[in-house]
Amino acid sequence: MATKEATTSVKKLQVKRFKPDENPEKHYLNQETGIWAWMTTVDHKKIGLMYLASITFFFFIGGMLALLLRTELLSPARSFMDANVYNQVFTLHGAIMIFFFLIPSVPAALGNFILPLQLGAKDVAFPRLNLASYYIYVIGALFTIFAIFTGGVDTGWTFYTPYSVTTSGNVMAMTFGVFILGFSSILTGLNFIVTIHKLRSPGLSWNKLPLNLWGLYATSLIQILATPVLAITLLLLTMERALGIGIFDPNLGGDPVLYQHFFWFYSHPAVYIMIVPGFGIISEVISTFSRKVIFGYWAIALSSLAIAFIGFLVWGHHMFTAGQSPLANMVFSFLTFLVGIPTGIKIFNWLATMYKGSIDLKTPMLYAMVFLFLFTIGGFTGIMLGALSVDIHLHDTYYVVAHFHYVMMGGMVMAFLAGLHYWWPKMFGKMYNEFLGRITCGIIFVGFNMTFLPQFVMGAQGMPRRYFNYIDQFQPFHQLSTIGAYVMGVGFFIMAGYLLHSLLKGKSSGSNPWGSRSLEWQTPSPVPLHNFEYTPVIINGPYDYHKPMSEFQLGIATPHNGHDHHAGEQTNVSETEKEQA
Amino acid sequence: MSQPTALKEKLDHLQHHFIDSDQQFDAAKMGMWVFLVTEILFFGGLFVAYIVYRSWYPELYLLASTELDTFWGAVNTFVLIGSSLTVAMAIRSAQLDQIKGLIINLYITIGLACVFMVIKYFEYAHKFEKGILPGSYYSYEGIAHEKANIFFSIYYMMTGLHGVHVLIGIGLMIWLVVKAKRKVLHSGYYTPVEITGLYWHLVDVIWIFLFPLLYLID
Repeated sequence: MATKEATTSVKKLQVKRFKPDENPEKHYLNQETGIWAWMTTVDHKKIGLMYLASITFFFFIGGMLALLLRTELLSPARSFMDANVYNQVFTLHGAIMIFFFLIPSVPAALGNFILPLQLGAKDVAFPRLNLASYYIYVIGALFTIFAIFTGGVDTGWTFYTPYSVTTSGNVMAMTFGVFILGFSSILTGLNFIVTIHKLRSPGLSWNKLPLNLWGLYATSLIQILATPVLAITLLLLTMERALGIGIFDPNLGGDPVLYQHFFWFYSHPAVYIMIVPGFGIISEVISTFSRKVIFGYWAIALSSLAIAFIGFLVWGHHMFTAGQSPLANMVFSFLTFLVGIPTGIKIFNWLATMYKGSIDLKTPMLYAMVFLFLFTIGGFTGIMLGALSVDIHLHDTYYVVAHFHYVMMGGMVMAFLAGLHYWWPKMFGKMYNEFLGRITCGIIFVGFNMTFLPQFVMGAQGMPRRYFNYIDQFQPFHQLSTIGAYVMGVGFFIMAGYLLHSLLKGKSSGSNPWGSRSLEWQTPSPVPLHNFEYTPVIINGPYDYHKPMSEFQLGIATPHNGHDHHAGEQTNVSETEKEQA
Repeated sequence: MSQPTALKEKLDHLQHHFIDSDQQFDAAKMGMWVFLVTEILFFGGLFVAYIVYRSWYPELYLLASTELDTFWGAVNTFVLIGSSLTVAMAIRSAQLDQIKGLIINLYITIGLACVFMVIKYFEYAHKFEKGILPGSYYSYEGIAHEKANIFFSIYYMMTGLHGVHVLIGIGLMIWLVVKAKRKVLHSGYYTPVEITGLYWHLVDVIWIFLFPLLYLID
């Protein structure tokens, strides 16, 4: 057999079709089992699931705290927690949701699982580093829990000086926990960048890269460029409390606005760490369920990078009222508007993908459409907050709270849920209850809008954020908001119920329940221990729905790179030959 | 894969998810470069703090830097540059399969790094005696500027963090010596030496910026 005819520059590979096994007997879930094997695994899929379990835990904690806050706000003044406890609870809600749920949610949990599969790789480039980053995350979480039980933190998730230096809570343990957590995020980003550069399958050129990977790539760039600045900021803050180094503390001659600059230089890009991978998921889901090639591939891919880039230049819009120079305010305001352009490009391309597509309203697609709706509202209100004159009025009101939740929860969490439902069969080989899935999506959509739409109104009327008390005129809005939060809570409990049911008693999903063309679906579900039984060869883009499925299941015909072809031997051999430069 | 058995013994280092040694080496090297970028941003925060305070209080920096000992700072600069040379020689030895030379060069590098830390220790001790302590423990009266404590906070943060990196580098090089003695490293697999070398050069480069910024401004 002529395997490799090495001419001067062109290498010919003989390929054949490998049909995925519909009901694999051996897969990553039933090999290398046992607690110890899981805890020491370097398999990206198991690490992804460990992250998924952890972020679910933190989402539950953060969500319960949110429900407590909303319950307290049913009536003005104290109902069951006092102002001090209230401050601690909203700080924890913010810090847990942002640092322990949103930031690792898509990159570390779903990304870890999907990224090597979409590349056709056996694992990420540095599997041990990947495991280490999980344990760093756990250590950071332990520090935070320690902080909660030794005084709590009541500064808000931003830890602004000088209050964070003088408050009696245990700010040091908390910031040190977040400092540690940052390294987990950096290492994940580093791992993903190298993996995307170095471990792509034969034929998987940059213009065939799934948009999910472009999203993760842009995210990883932000993670490695922004997170170190947060690390040094929090280290300085920790030193400020430990030694009184005085860089940020006005009592010692320091400058608190400098802290804000440092903090937002990370934390503004960080909101793009949270949302950009969501864009990637939405691209995958919309194309798959519209059965259509994605509209404007390069526009979507490059706009992710554009958002990552512009995201570094807009941090000053958090300090419009903190005493920045008017010129700086104007520049930051202008740059903030610029972010709207790549974001708008994405929205229009997704809509154009759906146009005249054969749309299948499965649960992931419903979440994607909810995302489009809510994220657009979140985006537009963001432009309003970026406008200098309007921001003076809306600064530090519930309007900001509503905007942030529309972007982060209405955008990111919906994208995460779309991805979770989309890849659920890939992870476990089981199907969830489609009917309950759709109903739950509706409940969450209604509950979400009930919670946060009233907050826009009361914010515009002057209700300040983070306040424990309020005047009577705002009570109807607060009550509506609280009821909406309960509705959402019910939605999430139903989701937990049907997902658990699917794990235990769900019907087998088959290898590719959505008929997707993307590479991760061309291997059995659940995935084999080493992802593919062959070396995949890619000749088409991941969204080429007009081409036959057989062209998406090609692999190198001869045993190669440690793969021995017992699984694919009996399948029909495709005559397609691939030329690779 | 049809590798001859003689060659196969040399492939113990190859991890299962890489196709060949070259891919593994390239990935590791790229990973280290990306890590160095994060290090630069990590120190970048401190450099920004330095720049901001220097632009606000230029006279403070001129006054306070006279307290730093330029002579020993310069000695330390040469010590670190020398260690960068020896770490580069260590990489060369590994590429040429000269394991003995590799170990000797690593020992010299570790030695120079220790010299750096000892000099730094005496510099710190001298300042502590005078009452130039970090943060709120600052009690030195010799600088006629009310923000003198902030200059030394920045000084201690920058040099302290750099010192931590030197200590980590020493640890890494001891690990390399152990690996080399176990005969794990050879011309086909010297990735750890190469990437530790990259790290060490970065530690050196940061000091080359710190030295003039802190010691040489008067």
